[in-house]
Amino acid sequence: MAVIEVEPLLKRLTGDEKHAPSAFSTLDVIWVLYDRVLRIDPERLDDPDRDRFLLSKGHGPAAYYAVLAAKGFLPHEWLDDLAGPDSPLGHHPDRLRVPGVEISSGSLGHGLGLGIGTALGLRAQGRLAPRVYVLLGDAELDEGSNHEAIAYAGTTGLDAVTAIVIDNDSATLGWPGGIAARFEVHGWSAVTVPGRDHDAVHAGLRAARPGRPHVVVARVEKKGS
Amino acid sequence: MRQAFADTMADLLDTDPRTALVLADISADAFEPARREHPDRVLNVGIREQLMIGVAGGLALTGLRPVAHSYATFVIDRAYEQIKLDLVHQGVGAVLVSVGASYDGSAMGYTHMSPMDVPLIDTLPGWTVRVPGHPGEVGPLLRAAAATDDPVYLRLSTQVNDIAYAEADLLRPVRHGGGPLVVAVGPMLAPVLAATAGLDVTVAYTHTVRPFDVIGLRALAATGEVVLVEPYLAGTSAHVVGQALADRPHRLLSLGVGRRDLHAYGTPADHARWHGLDPASLRTAITTWR
Repeated sequence: MAVIEVEPLLKRLTGDEKHAPSAFSTLDVIWVLYDRVLRIDPERLDDPDRDRFLLSKGHGPAAYYAVLAAKGFLPHEWLDDLAGPDSPLGHHPDRLRVPGVEISSGSLGHGLGLGIGTALGLRAQGRLAPRVYVLLGDAELDEGSNHEAIAYAGTTGLDAVTAIVIDNDSATLGWPGGIAARFEVHGWSAVTVPGRDHDAVHAGLRAARPGRPHVVVARVEKKGS
Repeated sequence: MRQAFADTMADLLDTDPRTALVLADISADAFEPARREHPDRVLNVGIREQLMIGVAGGLALTGLRPVAHSYATFVIDRAYEQIKLDLVHQGVGAVLVSVGASYDGSAMGYTHMSPMDVPLIDTLPGWTVRVPGHPGEVGPLLRAAAATDDPVYLRLSTQVNDIAYAEADLLRPVRHGGGPLVVAVGPMLAPVLAATAGLDVTVAYTHTVRPFDVIGLRALAATGEVVLVEPYLAGTSAHVVGQALADRPHRLLSLGVGRRDLHAYGTPADHARWHGLDPASLRTAITTWR
């Protein structure tokens, strides 16, 4: 299921015809978020009532940059100089340099805590409309900081938060019982969907309900396969 | 100092809707009335110090002014990468308020000691580091910090001086003499004044080491001899003093907490003696150095 508008932009980033979009585990989920879900506008990047998308898994952000370019957040020309000395786009994204990027990430295990703080900050200011979406990788869940965040958000019923876990089976020791169960035991609602199926991803994101944080586990092909 | 923090923080939560407090169980009882009053802005995340700083970063990203508080060893040492990435790298600030400075928690052992908190923060750019020496200094310093968006570290101690000098952002001479300049940081002023009684030295006090008052240092260090007495790792500010006096002949004696884990309990007074920070040891160090 290719994302026709994004494919040529991805190729500009990689300069490599072999890198079909299927190589990018996050592409379809990020596309669905920006195309169908997130209430954000490149013309009003500092709107306090915008939805927030936090890319916790800052590794390999080519799909993220390509979608941001396709949706008008950044100039397409930026894609041609990835990680160059004057480029705002690096192998890990920098919120102070890339319009529309909410957090600087790369080191694993920081996005969910920042997302929880963001949701709490919005609630404390009476801004109940925005949702906070945090995208993580399955291996990233190994970080203890994520366990702190999962337990806290579940126990406090922080329902403004939706986590999306891209499960490409890359955690070294794996997750006996599955990833969704690890969230559910802490009080999250959870759905597991095929991560390349746009309608299924969209439905999974829409399955959030009041009173609980929500996680969508998006299964994609195993890393390296 | 801890009570002064609790009182001032509670008042800030009542009067400034931008302020928020993030706790990791430490001092939670003291803030329970404030939490009941402001449940959305007094957040106890449980014993989760990484999350505490991540939440502070997220709060700051939405425009609030977060204050995060715990033992120095937990809020700084344990959460160092969160401070570096969830605050500094995001371009946002917070006020970090610690208790348990250096060997205040000596009876609990090395797990509760953090003489390396200030040097750790000093690896990060742009932080204001406040080391009050008296409870009366805590409130004004916290209010000043809450009024900005800057990164601020406020380090509270159970060791205290006799007099509060709220206005000691810059080096404040408290004894004038002809010999070396002795800089006493925070709660080191009381032992330094006792140690230098009758000596021909200038003693200057500050509760603010970052930014360090280099202009005052250059003006007061007339002989080029400086004794730096800090209540955390010895030599923490030596690089600042060296840089400030780089263009003139100078000598520096850096006193503070030693690096070795002593594997000993005892009282803070015992540790002060073992690290050479009691009045008698300080006097010997200063007089033999000259």
